[in-house]
Amino acid sequence: MSETTDHEHVKKHVRVYIIVFAALAALTIVTVAIAYLELSIVPAIMVALFIAIVKGSLVAGYFMHLISEKKVIISILIVAGVFLIVLFVLTISSYHDQDRSSLVP
Amino acid sequence: MEIPYTTTVRPDTGVYNAKLGVWLFLASEVMLFGGLFSAYIFLRVGAPEWPGMIAGHMFERSSDILNVPIGTFNTMVLIASSVTMVLSWASLMMKNFSKYKLYMGLTILFGFIFLIVKAFEYSDKFSHHFYPSESAFLAIYFTLTGLHGLHVIGGIIVNLYFWGPGSKMWKTQPKRFTNRIEIAGLYWHFVDIVWIFLFPTIYLL
Repeated sequence: MSETTDHEHVKKHVRVYIIVFAALAALTIVTVAIAYLELSIVPAIMVALFIAIVKGSLVAGYFMHLISEKKVIISILIVAGVFLIVLFVLTISSYHDQDRSSLVP
Repeated sequence: MEIPYTTTVRPDTGVYNAKLGVWLFLASEVMLFGGLFSAYIFLRVGAPEWPGMIAGHMFERSSDILNVPIGTFNTMVLIASSVTMVLSWASLMMKNFSKYKLYMGLTILFGFIFLIVKAFEYSDKFSHHFYPSESAFLAIYFTLTGLHGLHVIGGIIVNLYFWGPGSKMWKTQPKRFTNRIEIAGLYWHFVDIVWIFLFPTIYLL
């Protein structure tokens, strides 16, 4: 890529970064506004988690350039994601392992 | 000895070495924070009330203990710092060093603002005798936000170096310096993502 097209390319990126920033700010306001509605716990978790995943994906996809990143990086992240899920499942499934009758008054 | 593949891509991976290294580090960080998040879920599922009894008072919602507007403000500050970080890299890509200095300076400033606000939040908790030992809620709150805060401090130190003495490399090896800023940014954005998940989990739910 020549230097001028490189320059133009980055300029286009800058516009995208500003749009992503606006989206992130708007989603932050939305998630806080929804919290004030005092939904019951399950829908509240679903909505908050969904918005957090969208925001996290925007940061990872655009600021960390994951949408155009090489396969090796994506593979590392898939492995990390799989291990993260295993970690969550192991921890949560161990919840019933202990005798809780002595813990709850 | 010259470090290989600092500016050129390594043929078998398709990326320069430092980028691969930082992504591997971030993958390990996913597990570090993942472990603590799973601890949070474990504690929360097992608690009859959340946050529950703290220092003789009953709290039914996290927002009764934590200040949501302040948390929202800090979220905005961290998001803004992520944007200025990526703009500092974009400025180097466009060969504009003075803009790089401006955006990197702003990133550092936002990092400090975040920490100062957090320090005020902590001191407010301590003044009410809300210590980590008081309850499971406070223990996981201080552990998660404390570890995140340490990451912010680490990021500020690295960014300060690249804003000050480390920026001399721009004159001798501009491409290598630009790559350094890109990977410092990867770390900084990761710390932002952790907060994006931390904020709703701890403050809002």
